[in-house]
Amino acid sequence: MSRVPEFAARHRPGDRVRVRAAAPPGHVRTPWYVRGKSGTVERLCGTFGNPEELAYNRSGEPRQPLYRVRFRQRELWPDYRGRDHDTVEVEIYQHWLEPVSTAEREA
Amino acid sequence: MTPDDHGHAHPHAPIDDDAGGYYAVMQQAVQELLIAKGIVTADEVRRAVEAMDERTPALDARVVARAWRDDAFKARLLADGTAACRELGIEMGPTRLIAVENTPEVHNLVVCTLCSCYPRMLLGLPPDWYKSRPYRSRAVREPRAVLREFGTEMPDHVAVKVHDSTADMRYLVLPRRPEGTEDLDEAALAALVTRDCMIGVTLPSSA
Repeated sequence: MSRVPEFAARHRPGDRVRVRAAAPPGHVRTPWYVRGKSGTVERLCGTFGNPEELAYNRSGEPRQPLYRVRFRQRELWPDYRGRDHDTVEVEIYQHWLEPVSTAEREA
Repeated sequence: MTPDDHGHAHPHAPIDDDAGGYYAVMQQAVQELLIAKGIVTADEVRRAVEAMDERTPALDARVVARAWRDDAFKARLLADGTAACRELGIEMGPTRLIAVENTPEVHNLVVCTLCSCYPRMLLGLPPDWYKSRPYRSRAVREPRAVLREFGTEMPDHVAVKVHDSTADMRYLVLPRRPEGTEDLDEAALAALVTRDCMIGVTLPSSA
């Protein structure tokens, strides 16, 4: 049985990641409100066909690792009126994520 | 007879079944093409719509009731929602299910800000408000205000966790079992579980 080509997962639960602040055309499943924002990987969901390719009837391969990334509401909306511990978790494909360096975290 | 004079008295907006916006016309055109090319038949489309319309939140209520009564099942549901539903004969299709548990410290709320992703295999068709722009934009921006409008007041010490269903996962909120329901069997428990409390906008009550 031949394996479906897929990218290896680069991030693990607990890793700090940032969503790319990009605006490509096409069928993008990354919501605008998290682009450029940092969060924490909650879990790896598995690998899935890239929807930006599937939407144009291409194979979507290699498949992309899909993560659930947890964002603190206060980091998404500076004027958030709920509580500090409120969060939003969003499914994001790996090609939309970049690592946040330790230096940046401490800055 | 004019459209406004059609034999009964209650007022309503004109009913026009022919009204087709851009997307309705496109959907019709694509369907006709697929049928003309022999890729699907009209009856297959009809049967798929019928099967989807027949799904109701009763399926999902059974999953919740089982989890309330059976700790081992609950553990399996939280670990792998898709596999746990399969135990009850519910297939998730191409999507996967993540069950999220309400606790005394955490309340979960589900939304799809991009469109209307919803656990249709479990809950059937989503309510209109779930697909509306106000719900989709406000659920991630001011979830506590949205909950309040559904009559659900969340105390400050409870963390509100919103789940934006943007890709291949679907979400089921596992509500807290109401107090005073220790003696109820699975069917009676399932009757307490509503669609809205599995989306997370309300809480089940034993009343």
